[in-house]
Amino acid sequence: MSPMQAPISRPTSPPEPGIIGQPFPIQMAEEKTPAPAEAAKLSATNLVFHYGSFRALHGISMQVFDKRVTAFIGPSGCGKSTFLRTLNRMNETIRSSRVEGEILLDGEDIFKLEVSALRRRVGMVFQRPNPFPKSIFDNIAYGPRINGTVSRSGMKDHVEQSLRRAALWDEVKDKLYESASGLSGGQQQRLCIARALAVNPEVLLLDEPCSALDPIATAKIEDLIFQLKDSCTIVIVTHNMQQAARVADYTGFFLMGKLIEFDNTTVIFKNPSRKETEDYITGRFG
Amino acid sequence: MRHFEQELEELKGKLLEMSAQVEASVQRSVSAVTQKDRSAAEQVFRDEARVNQLQIEIDEFAINLLATQQPLAADLRLVVAALKINTDLERMGDLSVHIAQCGLSLLTEPVIKPMVDIRHMSALVESMVRKSMDAFLANDADMARSVLASDDAVDSLRTASYHELVSFMEKEPRNIPQALDLIGITRSLERIADHSTNIAEGVLFLVKGIDVRHHAEARQ
Repeated sequence: MSPMQAPISRPTSPPEPGIIGQPFPIQMAEEKTPAPAEAAKLSATNLVFHYGSFRALHGISMQVFDKRVTAFIGPSGCGKSTFLRTLNRMNETIRSSRVEGEILLDGEDIFKLEVSALRRRVGMVFQRPNPFPKSIFDNIAYGPRINGTVSRSGMKDHVEQSLRRAALWDEVKDKLYESASGLSGGQQQRLCIARALAVNPEVLLLDEPCSALDPIATAKIEDLIFQLKDSCTIVIVTHNMQQAARVADYTGFFLMGKLIEFDNTTVIFKNPSRKETEDYITGRFG
Repeated sequence: MRHFEQELEELKGKLLEMSAQVEASVQRSVSAVTQKDRSAAEQVFRDEARVNQLQIEIDEFAINLLATQQPLAADLRLVVAALKINTDLERMGDLSVHIAQCGLSLLTEPVIKPMVDIRHMSALVESMVRKSMDAFLANDADMARSVLASDDAVDSLRTASYHELVSFMEKEPRNIPQALDLIGITRSLERIADHSTNIAEGVLFLVKGIDVRHHAEARQ
């Protein structure tokens, strides 16, 4: 540090709660709807989730807006992935888990829907690419075949359309019948997105989709997210705050199972209203 | 303290050095006019190079922070405010050079009017410069708002001085060269006040995250 720094005078005040080592009372985001003109695609009310006796979510209430990208950020173990997986009931596969509260998809209670019907409408892509040990073509055709939503004669066009939507067609059009495992990590992840898109979901849940990808592959996925939001509502969990800032229209900050703040992404990253959010995104804790 | 926080402090330290240099130049340039102090004017000319150098250093430092640290929230607002304040300080330095140049051309002539209004105006302007930077260093929004409130008084003084000097020129054409210098000096002082106002607006953006430029606050 230069000698010129010494004269900087600062008001001396006791450390505020939230600074490293200083506990703060966690207060949840109030029922805050930043843009009332937006239509809610998903609406959670007082959602509580338990893993056995551990309460992972403490009464989350929020809306995911239609044809918008919503990002969830927060430190590890804050509940953001748990909340994401609750949106298409993926958590129900975990033994001893328990969920309370309400999630509405276009006004319908998702817990009253048939689970496979729900997951057709709310697709999911995971952190690590997980292509089936099949050809590229069969990976995409798998869902439509099971659901019987696409005729055999129309399948080729449907696979092409899905791969085009995932910005992968040009790279794989000459090797559709080769194994998907021969693709690069970034291509595999876009294949997984294409596979999710093949059943025409209304909502796409992305759980840290770029954490295993290099910057070029990440940029392709982010471009894809921009294109997809015209036709799909997207919810993304990410540890990369710059990624949330780049792709999301809305951002929610989770901490210790609570939704601390939810607002327009520019507000969250430029001038958050909650100190806990400010401390997290500026790297002062978490 | 994290390394990044140390770098932000270093950025503020560099701005503090620059503002101290600029404040001194403004004071010296006014002395060159009101006290007919040639050495003060020459010091202003010598110090300009350091102000210019600091502007380049601060810009480079802040841009490196944006590129390497990708600051967010209050940190982002601090770096953005620093870049803007840096530009305003450098312009103030240029304006003090202009005042000092006018001071040199007035050295050998008897003054056509007392310098009371220039002294009064410069005291107000110097106070605005100092308060705007104090507000920046202390993150003090109230102090920043008090700077904004002072700008109208400077504008009024400048307008009154302008009309008076025009009447001097109308009465006696020999007064025209000196009156034009004095109009230039008051114009530069008024511009320095405007740059202090910009800095104060930057402080409000930094502290509150609000944009008050061009009465944006009233429009929202």
